[in-house]
Amino acid sequence: MTTYLEFIQQNEERDGVRFSWNVWPSSRLEATRMVVPVAALFTPLKERPDLPPIQYEPVLCSRTTCRAVLNPLCQVDYRAKLWACNFCYQRNQFPPTYAGISELNQPAELLPQFSSIEYVVLRGPQMPLIFLYVVDTCMEDEDLQALKESMQMSLSLLPPTALVGLITFGRMVQVHELGCEGISKSYVFRGTKDLSAKQLQEMLGLSKVPVTQATRGPQVQQPPPSNRFLQPVQKIDMNLTDLLGELQRDPWPVPQGKRPLRSSGVALSIAVGLLECTFPNTGARIMMFIGGPATQGPGMVVGDELKTPIRSWHDIEKDNAKYVKKGTKHFEALANRAATTGHVIDIYACALDQTGLLEMKCCPNLTGGYMVMGDSFNTSLFKQTFQRVFTKDMHGQFKMGFGGTLEIKTSREIKISGAIGPCVSLNSKGPCVSENEIGTGGTCQWKICGLSPTTTLAIYFEVVNQHNAPIPQGGRGAIQFVTQYQHSSGQRRIRVTTIARNWADAQTQIQNIAASFDQEAAAILMARLAIYRAETEEGPDVLRWLDRQLIRLPVLLDSSSILADRILLMDTFFQILIYHGETIAQWRKSGYQDMPEYENFRHLLQAPVDDAQEILHSRFPMPRYIDTEHGGSQARFLLSKVNPSQTHNNMYAWGQESGAPILTDDVSLQVFMDHLKKLAVSSAA
Amino acid sequence: MSQQGYVATPAYSQSQPGIGLSSPHYGHYGDPSHAGSAPGMMKPAGPLGAAAPGGMLPQGPSPPGPHQFGQSGAHAQGHPPQRFTGPPPVNSAAPVNSAAPSYAPYSPSAQSSYPSPASTSSVTQLGNQFNAMHINSYANYGLQMAGGQLAYPGGFPGGPAQMAGPPQLQKKLDPDSIPSPIQVIENDRATRGGQIYATNTRGQVPPLVTTDCVIQDQGNASPRYIRCTTYCFPCTSDMAKQAQIPLAAIIKPFATIPSNETPLYLVNHGENGPVRCNRCKAYMCPFMQFIEGGRRYQCGFCNCVNDVPPFYFQHLDHIGRRLDHYEKPELSLGSYEYVATLDYCRKNKPPNPPAFIFMIDVSYSNIKNGLVKLICEELKTVLEKLPKEEQEETSAIRVGFITYNKVLHFFNVKSNLAQPQMMVVTDVGEVFVPLLDGFLVNYQESQSVIHNLLDQIPEMFADSNENETVFAPVIQAGMEALKAADCAGKLFIFHSSLPTAEAPGKLRNRDDKKLINTDKEKILFQPQTNVYDSLAKDCVAHGCCVTLFLFPSQYVDVASLGLVPQLTGGTLYKYNNFQMHMDSQQFLNDLRNDIEKKIGFDAIMRVRTSTGFRATDFFGGIFMNNTTDVEMAAIDCDKAVTVEFKHDDKLGEDSGALIQCAVLYTTIGGQRRLRIHNLSLNCSSQLADLYKSCETDALINFFAKSAFKAVLHQPLKVIREILVNQTAHMLACYRKNCASPSAASQLILPDSMKVLPVYMNCLLKNCVLLSRPEISTDERAYQRQLVMTMGVADSQLFFYPQLLPIHTLDVKSTTLPAAIRCSESRLSEEGIFLLANGLNMFLWLGVSSPPELVQGIFNVPSFAHVNTDMTLLPEVGNPYSQTLRMIMSIIQQKRPYSMKLTIVKQREQPEMVFRQFLVEDKGLYGGSSYVDFLCCVHKEICQLLN
Repeated sequence: MTTYLEFIQQNEERDGVRFSWNVWPSSRLEATRMVVPVAALFTPLKERPDLPPIQYEPVLCSRTTCRAVLNPLCQVDYRAKLWACNFCYQRNQFPPTYAGISELNQPAELLPQFSSIEYVVLRGPQMPLIFLYVVDTCMEDEDLQALKESMQMSLSLLPPTALVGLITFGRMVQVHELGCEGISKSYVFRGTKDLSAKQLQEMLGLSKVPVTQATRGPQVQQPPPSNRFLQPVQKIDMNLTDLLGELQRDPWPVPQGKRPLRSSGVALSIAVGLLECTFPNTGARIMMFIGGPATQGPGMVVGDELKTPIRSWHDIEKDNAKYVKKGTKHFEALANRAATTGHVIDIYACALDQTGLLEMKCCPNLTGGYMVMGDSFNTSLFKQTFQRVFTKDMHGQFKMGFGGTLEIKTSREIKISGAIGPCVSLNSKGPCVSENEIGTGGTCQWKICGLSPTTTLAIYFEVVNQHNAPIPQGGRGAIQFVTQYQHSSGQRRIRVTTIARNWADAQTQIQNIAASFDQEAAAILMARLAIYRAETEEGPDVLRWLDRQLIRLPVLLDSSSILADRILLMDTFFQILIYHGETIAQWRKSGYQDMPEYENFRHLLQAPVDDAQEILHSRFPMPRYIDTEHGGSQARFLLSKVNPSQTHNNMYAWGQESGAPILTDDVSLQVFMDHLKKLAVSSAA
Repeated sequence: MSQQGYVATPAYSQSQPGIGLSSPHYGHYGDPSHAGSAPGMMKPAGPLGAAAPGGMLPQGPSPPGPHQFGQSGAHAQGHPPQRFTGPPPVNSAAPVNSAAPSYAPYSPSAQSSYPSPASTSSVTQLGNQFNAMHINSYANYGLQMAGGQLAYPGGFPGGPAQMAGPPQLQKKLDPDSIPSPIQVIENDRATRGGQIYATNTRGQVPPLVTTDCVIQDQGNASPRYIRCTTYCFPCTSDMAKQAQIPLAAIIKPFATIPSNETPLYLVNHGENGPVRCNRCKAYMCPFMQFIEGGRRYQCGFCNCVNDVPPFYFQHLDHIGRRLDHYEKPELSLGSYEYVATLDYCRKNKPPNPPAFIFMIDVSYSNIKNGLVKLICEELKTVLEKLPKEEQEETSAIRVGFITYNKVLHFFNVKSNLAQPQMMVVTDVGEVFVPLLDGFLVNYQESQSVIHNLLDQIPEMFADSNENETVFAPVIQAGMEALKAADCAGKLFIFHSSLPTAEAPGKLRNRDDKKLINTDKEKILFQPQTNVYDSLAKDCVAHGCCVTLFLFPSQYVDVASLGLVPQLTGGTLYKYNNFQMHMDSQQFLNDLRNDIEKKIGFDAIMRVRTSTGFRATDFFGGIFMNNTTDVEMAAIDCDKAVTVEFKHDDKLGEDSGALIQCAVLYTTIGGQRRLRIHNLSLNCSSQLADLYKSCETDALINFFAKSAFKAVLHQPLKVIREILVNQTAHMLACYRKNCASPSAASQLILPDSMKVLPVYMNCLLKNCVLLSRPEISTDERAYQRQLVMTMGVADSQLFFYPQLLPIHTLDVKSTTLPAAIRCSESRLSEEGIFLLANGLNMFLWLGVSSPPELVQGIFNVPSFAHVNTDMTLLPEVGNPYSQTLRMIMSIIQQKRPYSMKLTIVKQREQPEMVFRQFLVEDKGLYGGSSYVDFLCCVHKEICQLLN
């Protein structure tokens, strides 16, 4: 066990890969019996400070259907300067530059410790990073002010060559021209009319940019390609800072009983279109900030009449939410367009009411963007999360990759069923592609527009080896992950990870296979699958599964733990909550912690805060930090998460002083487990 | 309503007012098919109708009363005879009564180009007639003049005998012997100039528009507001049909009043609002007859008896007049204003003050020729002079700015901004207003931001290569902006090219000379697309007036571009081939004048009449959704609406014919008001009375507008024929019914229409009606549109320009020199002449111009040194220069358009242009001389009399 734990940890550290099974059942039949499929969690840009990128391009297998990358698992004939592809067994000549290789002089990609290796593509221009701010102006002045400050702050974090753009919207959508002297210019669009990229291109006069540049004489100093709307931050940061400073709340009057007209749908469409026609296949982030739901135009979520409330979960379930489908369709189309051109869409939604993220969620989902939800832009939750987006690595580069494509190559015995994660299919059929789709399948290539060091895809495989064609003892299956992406320095890079796992016959070596089971990985993989199915099919129960994986308990997360003399710290990934029991809170109010004789009480109070701070420091997005006490309004966050062992239904049976009752109809874990046991027995019978 | 029902059709339209509706033809008289057609919408004759009891009106004796200017024998006492005598030749040393004018035989070579409906055979017939005449009819003329024929003083010896004869013996008819417009003008000036004209008498003919006098409102609207083609209506439609004299009024409701006349009184009845007749809704006016001790009043228009509202009650005096008669403007004056109550406002709430939006075409050519810079510079100063209510410190008008080429740029110039903001709207297919707050601002408050913007605009587009422009979206944008701001207003558009960019209202060059002189020629005057029609409708509905400054260097399709300005009561200015050094002064003057002029917004005009007749057709810068409400997005002091009346019953001589014109509008300060003009006319069953009370200047205004309107639907040839025919018919009717018997060959003109032939000839020679490919289509469309909104004074000057000798100036006098007739024969090589028609001004220099004058005016030693490349005379410090420039400014005063000065040297190429304005001569592009036309008309008359 210890060895497997270490092995798993090591693999994760080195290659960013965790498999559900680390020994694979050798036939399709056996694999299906395992219930949990052979699958991997793969983190393409796993941080590897110890892995310097190498300054040349990978050597590829010459078979056109294979094109696997030379890796440590390949057999090499140093004398004949040949290497055999470990996927298709093609024998390949080394390129002339490898003439000097020998057993003693091996290139890095052949060294076993470089099972993950990163190449730098030196060809082609280095593209600047692009950040397009899309800002809702229909919000309270206080919120807008905070948002403006956050955006101004972010400008200072951008590399000087990065291109920035600004789109603001409310009733109308304004695309701001940057770097104008003496007057600020913007192009204004109706919030109700969607425009194709071509229309937009004409309307913004973008098609003519090369023409006018050509006629303006020979000033060819190879300027980074930019246009009036996307300009290098070094050139216009003052201008943009002022522009943001002058940004006003949407000036159109909002009549009594109405919501402000918010054109989120068209605004995002214009942002996508702008990048589509100016910088296709160049790393770009659309950062959208919304303070409420879209109330007009394509993508609208709710009408502007306040008397009609925004759709609730019940409306959606009963198909009573008339805008949901149309809105979702609009945003899906945008997400696909952005994904096709390799652009990321982040959504920062801060409002007390719903903002329509349900309809918009595909945008970050398909493009690898962030989706952050908060109560107000004037909270540390938003401010610090947003700041954390611009975290830099030790080289001073952003921890983000753009426009990635992930290609997976497999040994013959195993095929790819699909991937679940922030990706879209590139529809690349090949010999490695399984017919059984799980998640985004039918392809061996995916596009991942936005990558962070923690972006992780769940990849599901299918063992295709027939039962009657056993794999020889000690045989290994190999999988190669080839990730091409634009590094935040502007370089194109290729990261290649090649791994191999042993095959084992399930009948004879079931213990080996069982021992190789990675419980955590499997839980996540199944959870992802469950969510994916829940979204695409029917499956309301699976959601609760996921929570459970993300909740780590300080104590047992049960309502029976909520006692007067306890301090509880709950971490639900999105929320960090410190709960002071009734007695503790009374003590705290009386100021015992400030008295020298109760120093240990002070420590007691301080301990969970320190723990929380540690979590808050690294977690992205920044969790909601809640410090509450018994009876406090914020205590509801705790009460909504705990296992309802005591509810208003049974509290009298449990008697006093046993914990806090939870007002819910959900069953407790105890009841659930009992029920599960009963089912397991009955189904076996 | 009867769009095509042209005046010239009294034969039918007078008796059957509805006929015009059904006929698409202009001037259908003579078309037998209409003779028996049923009336379209004849009003049932009111029981009171023409038979209204006498004595209901306090005034209005029958026409030959002592206050009337008449031509009957009675005129001799107390009235200067000049007005009724024949035309003394201007340059003739001999007085008219003793020396008979000489006349020349009619020259076949100078035959009128106007097609004669009399068919080809008439020529021969005439020829035969001519042969039969005797030379001594000449003597008869003299006798007539000296003798008892004063009643027909316009008599003209149409000497067919002299006109006949072998060609080699032909002599020219002496122009001095035919009626001279100059003489008529001078006579009227001499008799009535400088006097006080009181409007207390019903049906009195006012002084001519060319005569300066002080007008005192004593119960009828000043002729500055309303002029009529005749001040005595025929009692019956049969009579009207017989005379074929159009019955029309030219109403200029916002006419500028000289400072020595009383401005309009403002009546405020508070929440009660104006007192109106319950039945016909006519407003309280001097024509209401109070009865029953003042408790009730009878409406002069519909005869309905109404209760006097309690708040308005007043006792009557011994002659049945209210005691407060002279205290209430609406009881004693012809013109006054009412404060309108909320019932008269849109959505029943008081209007916001109007706004001006300046919309500048910043395409390549306008930037390159410096126009944009010029406009921006000028706006900085001219905006200081936005019109304001007299009692206010600053103008309530808000201003906004838009620039455009093929996209639109809106500007936020809110006062608290450090710098202006530009918002580009590229969706020209469906244009919208991108901002609300900060677009329309108070100029004083936002002055620094506006100046900042105006400084930047020329720079901003300095590098623009954009040639394409849009047009309809520009108007749309302005209209939407006004709509969003919930106010009326005016757009000032500065545009230069054919809008070819892809957008609604996109135009193509369709200037096809091949259409000229065909039935399809009318297409050139029609808009190319119906986009502009519906746009105009929207504009009017939202009180958006469009004024267009055009700077074309080629064909821009004025017929299409000008439609919205015309239908919204705006003005179209056109500067061909605009050159900064030559034309900027003219343009800037126009711009300043247009911004500063008095104007009313969001106006609806209603013309009410007493029973027996009604307004049937309207001409002008107006829009009509129904047959009675004349809608105008705005109306300014220079715009006139011409209204045609037709009978629908008999008119009574006692009750006369009453007209009330009410204009509901929003002032520049944002106050809703009603402006009321009342006019009472006589009625007579005697044709002679009718002919006595005509006003030729008004007739020409009416003929010009109705013909120019007909241009859209009818072949020009037909229109010209109708004009000639109707002229002949009117004169023949006079001859037949009013003149004493005389030789059939004699041409006798009614005194009031002495100059009708010459003016009519000028109208016929106008480029709109001349089908000649040499004349630019745009110019014709432009002039057509211009005339449609002209008042009587402007149309008079436009069709018969003023020509002043400058070399005979008396530099000590401040009065204008006497004008001379517009003919080349009146010019002399030794002379310098100034010609003005309201659009252009020419200074013509004879080759032998006196050097001291040339020196005095131009500061150069001789004629040869004069540089004609100037539009402004140098300020030379001597009396010649000063006097000439003073004369020019007097002529320019009160004219709606700034006249561009052109210096013309005799016998140099540009003289050709100048000659077109010598309207008594044969036209450069066709059109007969006055003499020839008169002969032609005479022939027609003879034809009709036979």
